[in-house]
Amino acid sequence: MNIFKISSKNLVRNKLTTILNIILVAFGVGILSILFLASNQIGNKLEKNAKDIDLVVGAKGSPLQLILSSIYQIDYPTGNIPAKDAYKLAHHPMVKRAVPLALGDNYNGYRIVGTDTSFSHLYGLSVLKGNFWQKDLEVTIGSTVASTSKLKIGDYFFGAHGLTGNGDIHKQHAYVVKGILKPEGNITDNLILTNIGSVYKMHEEKHKETHHAAAAEAKEINDKQITALLIQYKSPMSVILFPRMVNQSTNMQAASPAMESARLFSLIGIGIDTLQWFAVFIMAIAALSIFISLYNAMKERKYDLAIMRCLGASKSKLFFLVMFEGILVTLIGTCLGLLIGHAALEVIGVYQESSQAKLTGLTAVPQEIYLIWIGLFIGSLASLIPAMQIYKVDIAATLTKDR
Amino acid sequence: MINIRSLSHVYEKGRKIKFPDWQIEDMDQWLLLGASGCGKSTLLNIISGLLKPTQGEILINDTDLYTLSARSTDRFRGRHIGIIFQRPHLIRSLNVLDNLELAAVMAGVPIDHERNLLLLKDLGIGNLAKRYPDELSQGQLQRVSVARALVNKPDLLIADEPTSSLDDENAAQVIEMLTTQAKDNGAALIIATHDQRVREHIAKTYLL
Repeated sequence: MNIFKISSKNLVRNKLTTILNIILVAFGVGILSILFLASNQIGNKLEKNAKDIDLVVGAKGSPLQLILSSIYQIDYPTGNIPAKDAYKLAHHPMVKRAVPLALGDNYNGYRIVGTDTSFSHLYGLSVLKGNFWQKDLEVTIGSTVASTSKLKIGDYFFGAHGLTGNGDIHKQHAYVVKGILKPEGNITDNLILTNIGSVYKMHEEKHKETHHAAAAEAKEINDKQITALLIQYKSPMSVILFPRMVNQSTNMQAASPAMESARLFSLIGIGIDTLQWFAVFIMAIAALSIFISLYNAMKERKYDLAIMRCLGASKSKLFFLVMFEGILVTLIGTCLGLLIGHAALEVIGVYQESSQAKLTGLTAVPQEIYLIWIGLFIGSLASLIPAMQIYKVDIAATLTKDR
Repeated sequence: MINIRSLSHVYEKGRKIKFPDWQIEDMDQWLLLGASGCGKSTLLNIISGLLKPTQGEILINDTDLYTLSARSTDRFRGRHIGIIFQRPHLIRSLNVLDNLELAAVMAGVPIDHERNLLLLKDLGIGNLAKRYPDELSQGQLQRVSVARALVNKPDLLIADEPTSSLDDENAAQVIEMLTTQAKDNGAALIIATHDQRVREHIAKTYLL
C-alpha cells in the first residue's frame, strides 16, 4: 500500500477516462515516434549510400532524378551518355576515381548493375561466399538479394528488361551467380553486380532481333553508352570547378548528391512538418483531456483527500498523489505510443514495395528519450492545477458536509 | 491527557465562541453536548488539529498542537487521534482492508495486518475485509470507519454525531461499540452529539 497503489487503484476505478487519456497520449507519441524513426532512417540511408560520392555525371535532365537513379537506385535513369565522353571525364586530372554504371535490367525487382571493380572499391565491398564477377554474364549478388531470391552460387537466372517487373525477359543469355556480398547495410545489399560487357551483350541480342545495329558487336566499348558515372574528386577544391566544367563544356550534366539530397529532404520536410504539428496538436488535446478529467474528479475526490489529510497525510504527499496519477497516465501512454510507433513502422516496412529504402521499427533513435520526457512534462503540466486544489481544500468543512 | 485553556474562536463572519476550560484524563469517556450550530464541530476540529483557534492553547500529551509545523500536526493527528465522522467517508476505490492500511500508511506507521483483521473481527465485520465500500450497508460502513479510526492505536477517539441518522436500537449499539472499543484499545473517547439518547450511556458531559 503506497501512493503508487492508491493512484493505480483510482485509475482502474475510472477505467474509461483512463483508457481515453492513455489512447490520446499514445496516438500523439506514436505519430511522433514514426516521424522520428522514418526521417532518421531515410536520412541515414541517403547519407550512407552517397558516402564518398562527390558527383554523378549522366544524361541531361532532372539532377534529382539522376541522383535517385544512380545512387539510391530508386528512380529511372535520365538517359544514357556516350561511353567515350564518360571515359574522357574519368581520366580528368581532378578525378580520383570514376565508377561507370550501366543500368537497364532487373531480376525480381533487384537491379542488375553493370560496372567495374572500382564500384566495389568505392563502397568497400567484400564477398561473403564465392568471388567477384570476372567474365561476361557472371554476377555477384548483394546479401538481401541472396536471402530473398534464394539464389546460390552456381545458379543461373535470366534478367528482365526494365528496372521493375518481369515482363520482357532476356532469354538469350543467362547470368550465373559467382559470389554473394557481405551485408553492408546500404544499397549494395539490393543489387546484382556484373560487368558492363554483360549488360551490352543482353541488349545487343535484343537489337539483332529488331534488325538494329547489326555491327554493334564489333564496336569498341568506347563507342557504346553507359548510364552514369560516379565520381570521387582528388581534392575538395574541385567541388566548384568540375561540375561547371561538365555542365558547360559537355553534353552531360553533373549533379551533386549532397545538394540534391538536401533538396529532396526539404521537399519531404514539408510533409513531416505538417504531421509533426498534427501530433503536437493531439498531444495538446491529450493534456487538456487529462486536465479536465483530473479537475472534474477533484470534486468527488475532495472527500477522499480530506480523509487522507485527517489520517495524517501532509498536503505535499497528497499533491504528489494527484500529480502521480496524471504522470502515470502519460507515462503509460508514452510507452504504449512508442510501442505503437515501432510496430507501425515495422508493418509499413513489410508492405513497402521498394526494397531499396525499407523502413524498420526494430531500431530506436535518441530523440525518443525526449518523447518520454515530453510525456512526463505534459502529465505534470495537466495535473498541476488539479493538484494545487489540495492546498485549498478545507478539510473540516468538507467532511462535516454531506456527500 | 488533553488540556484546553481559555480557548476561543472567531468565525470569518465575526461571531465569537468562547470554550470553557476542559481537562480530559487518559481513557476518560466524555460527551460533548450542545445544540446544532453552537460550535461542537468547531471544537472537535480544533482538538484534532484541523482548525487553528484564534486564542488560547490546547495541550495533548503536553504537546501544544498549534506550535507544531503543518506537516507535524498532520502526522501527530494521524498517530494519536482517531476520528469517526457523521458519514463513513471511506475511499471508494480501495477495499475495506486497504482502507485500514491506508490509515497506517498516511500516518507513516508500519502496517499490522494481523491486528487489522482482528479489529474487523471484533467489530463483527471480519468477513468483509476484501469487499469494496459500494457493496456495504450504512451500518457496516460505520463499523469500518470505527475500525479505521482505531488502526493506529490512538490515544483519543473522536466521534462526531455518530448516532444522528440511526434508530434507537442501532444508536444504542453504536454507542456500546464505541465505548467498549475505546476501552479495549486504551483510548480516551469524546462523542459530540445533540442526541439525548446518548446521555444515559456516558456519565461525563461537557456542555457548550
